Amino acid sequence: MKCGRCRAPAVIEVRRHNAGYCRDCFLRHCGEQVRRAIDHFDMAGPGDRILVAVSGGKDSLGLWQLLRDLGYEADGLYLGLGIGEYSDESARYVREFAHDRDWKLVEIDLATDYGFDVEGGSRAAKRAPCSACGLSKRHIFNDAAIRHGYDVLATGHNLDDEAAVLFGNVLRWETEFLGRQHPVLPAAPGFVRKVKPLIRLSERELAAYCVLTGIDYIVEECPMSGGNRHLGYKNMLNEIEERSPGTKAAFVLGFLERAQERFTGEVEVARDDLRPCTLCAAPTPGDICAFCRMRARAVGEPIGVRISS
Amino acid sequence: MRVVLRNPKRELDVPAPRNIGILLRDLDIVPESVLVIRNDTLATHDERLRDDDVVEIRPVTSGGAA
Repeated sequence: MKCGRCRAPAVIEVRRHNAGYCRDCFLRHCGEQVRRAIDHFDMAGPGDRILVAVSGGKDSLGLWQLLRDLGYEADGLYLGLGIGEYSDESARYVREFAHDRDWKLVEIDLATDYGFDVEGGSRAAKRAPCSACGLSKRHIFNDAAIRHGYDVLATGHNLDDEAAVLFGNVLRWETEFLGRQHPVLPAAPGFVRKVKPLIRLSERELAAYCVLTGIDYIVEECPMSGGNRHLGYKNMLNEIEERSPGTKAAFVLGFLERAQERFTGEVEVARDDLRPCTLCAAPTPGDICAFCRMRARAVGEPIGVRISS
Repeated sequence: MRVVLRNPKRELDVPAPRNIGILLRDLDIVPESVLVIRNDTLATHDERLRDDDVVEIRPVTSGGAA
């Protein structure tokens, strides 16, 4: 197979573009897709300081590299989730990546800084581990970006992640979630701007990007993600993609172009109507935010007691 | 040839099929869900295989969509 751009031997085929790419043309393609997503959705401007949430996986480390290569001032944020050896190993990949490039890495540890880990939060809040993990990440990423003075928080959600979430939301007609599903959540009081610059790249492309640029990432899956509903959706979508290349991109990008706006009226609580959590000041529809309630249950405090730190 | 599979990591010794696309089909693996790394280099599905090749089939699906 030859590269569709320069006719050199190809190292990867991307069937949705009906093309093979050599190493250099593929890396250029990845940069172009991120540039296009950032510009099209107005994710970040030239002077913005970006905090990239990095997990040690291919998507977030690839994103950090791509943003830097595009000239953005981007630092990393690693959250230790306390998932045994898996967290220890993912932290090693992140630290080595940042150290090798002499890039700034902000580190937060759920157990040290908040007194519980994902498993404890999951048990205490009676949430699935992925739900407790997601709640912790959303809260802490936003808080860290604001406290450290960043303009933008970037996450490594890729085309497959967004397709799986969209698939789940459509299957159950979660109209409020559909109204919120967008690669940019604008800044609002108490919220930093959140962006997903990898929306135009599949996870296969991200894995190839890392292999070709020598980024060492954790290949093993989180031990708590087994049976995760979104993993099942991704497998189903990949089978459809195999028969009909381009379906995932058409599904997600078509939704954003032609349908998402129709659901924005379904978003019950507008971000502007939220008020500060009485414990941590994060915006919440009630008095105490969901993260502080989970933390209090996990550490055995009565709900409503302020953390002394 | 040797095939290295991940999650969990394990190895298979199989006779080399004609190319990587056929190897994936024989192993019932959806090509969109993996990268194929042959002798430490990314490989396209039309590449021919030899009995002394080592091929890693690396899954690319991660569960972090929560």
